[in-house]
Parts: sequence; C-alpha cells; structure tokens
Amino acid sequence: MAKQPFEEKKKSDSGNSKEDAIEVMATVIEPLPNAMFRVELENKHQVLAHVSGKMRKNFIRILAGDKVAVELSPYDLTRGRIVYRYK
Amino acid sequence: MAIQLRSAAELEKMYHAGQVVHEVLNKLRAEVKPGVTTMDLERIAEGLIAGRPGKAAFKGYRGYPCVLCTSVNSEIVHGIPSSKRKLREGEVVSIDFGMEVDGYYADSAVTVPVGKITPELQKLLDVTRESLDRAIDKMRPGNRLGDVGHAVQSWVEQNGFSVVREFVGHGIGTKMHDEPNLPNYGEPGRGARLQEGMVIAVEPMVNAGRPEVQMRGEWVAETADGSPSAHFEHTVAVTSNGPWILTRPKEMTGPSW
Repeated sequence: MAKQPFEEKKKSDSGNSKEDAIEVMATVIEPLPNAMFRVELENKHQVLAHVSGKMRKNFIRILAGDKVAVELSPYDLTRGRIVYRYK
Repeated sequence: MAIQLRSAAELEKMYHAGQVVHEVLNKLRAEVKPGVTTMDLERIAEGLIAGRPGKAAFKGYRGYPCVLCTSVNSEIVHGIPSSKRKLREGEVVSIDFGMEVDGYYADSAVTVPVGKITPELQKLLDVTRESLDRAIDKMRPGNRLGDVGHAVQSWVEQNGFSVVREFVGHGIGTKMHDEPNLPNYGEPGRGARLQEGMVIAVEPMVNAGRPEVQMRGEWVAETADGSPSAHFEHTVAVTSNGPWILTRPKEMTGPSW
C-alpha cells in the first residue's frame, strides 16, 4: 500500500499563513531582546510580539507605551507580529 | 526520525511475512479473469489467510475497509474491492496486499492483465515491472535513495510514460509505513544513504498519460486524465550481498514479477 507523504499539508491548504492572521490593537509594555516586545492587547491579554520585517527595514522604532497594531496567528495566540506603530 | 536498521533475525521474520504475501498474490493472479469482481478477489484473499498466524496489514489501517487494494485501469492505487466492479476483458488490475506476522510487516503488489490486453497496455506493465527491477538493483549499501528513484523515473520517462509524485514507497518493518519515503523520482547521488539492514517497500506507480492524480473519495487515487496506470511493488532489504526481495521465495531469480 503506497504512502501518501503530502496528505497532512493538503488539509490546511489555505495558502499563505500571513493572510490568516487576526489583527488587533495593543500597547507595548516592555522591550525585550532580539527586537521582541511584550504587548498588552485590548482584551488585557499579554503576548510576545516581534517587529515585522517591513517595519525593521524602514527603521520604525518602538518604545514602551506605544500604540501598535499586532497580527496574531490563529494557531498560537501567545505570539504576534507588530505591523504598525501609531503616532 | 531515523531509518531503522533490521537485524538478520528481524529480516527473517519479515521474509516469513513476505512469503505469505507472495503466496496470496500469486494465487490471486491466477484468479483474475473476465467476469470476476474485485470483491471476489477480496474474498479469496480472506480465505487464503484465514487460520494462519498474523493478519492482513491494510484492513483497519487508517480505517481502510479491506485486506486488498484492487485498482482497475485508471485507478492508480488504493482501489477498494467492490461486488459491483466486474473485471472485463482487456483491463488491467493492480492487486496490492500486505501482512503482519509476529509484529513484522511485508507489502507487495502486482498488476495483472484481464484476458487479452492491447500491446500498449502490455508495454505499460512491462515498463513498470522493469522499472521496479531497476530500482531493486539500486538497493545496495552505499547507494542513495535518489539513485533508486532515478532508476524508476529515467526508465519510465524514456519509454514515454510518467511517474506518480503523490504516492511514494516507504520504509517498512514493525510499522507498515515507516521512514524513509522513497519517491519514484529523484536525482542520482541525492537523499539518504542506504545501509545494510534497511528495508523499503519499492513501488513504482506509472501512468500511461500525464502524472497528475485525482482522488475519488478518501482512498482511491486515479489518473487525472483517465489514462491507465500500473503498479508493482516488493519489500526489499539492503544486505551486504545486494538487494534481498523479502516478498518472494529466495529460490526465485530473474525479473521481480
């Protein structure tokens, strides 16, 4: 009986994972090493978020207390990606 | 996950299971004729293994309902036996069967003509069987998985047919599907290196037309273009004396099927 090596992938065939993310507002609590930040979401949950590559490329600096937009992966709600810093 | 290496005693157990598989397939091969349904073949297989030690490997594997896979014409693999499917003159049917005896698995398949078939279909069977022989010949210590896959792919494509990408051969031992995957395509010199004691089910699946696969239901894989497909398989151990086909008697030499 032949093995089907790709069947796991087929089930979650929704394409780009970046497009599945949920975007929410958050406030930066503290900066952490490696361009990571602890942020608090509007629902008071605290998540670990990194700065998106596009923001890093454009040297958008983030400080504690900034309002930011965070994208959360539906698979791991404890991590996110900071995609926008509000002025 | 690492690829398991089997001791001589383990290989003997797999050989033992392989002999049952060979015997069943050989008897089924003789039963294939126009008018026989694929469910008839299933019943015969059940009768042959009843009362023997061990059990059929496929039945219940991920919910598969039968002991055989019978894939007719454009069905590539995992065709489910049915009392409604009568074999007709000029068709080809792949019979795939596996056993577990004493905790060790063996898996083999053969594609059989129903009555007289066209020369084109006969060529498809011959090329596929020959590609299995060529692949088995690469199952030697020091070769790589890519060498085995390439042996299949190059021979099949030279002859104007195509190899299925969605299904692969597999390591086999205390599980039916184990590491590594063995695709029926590849580049020579790439992939894991074969070592003494590795056991792999080598199974070229060859479409007469294009390689694309279409699933019918959860199990049955068909060619997307409806062209006929052939499938031959043996469980092969890598030994210092070269490849050892576990799913046929040691005395047998010559072509694998």
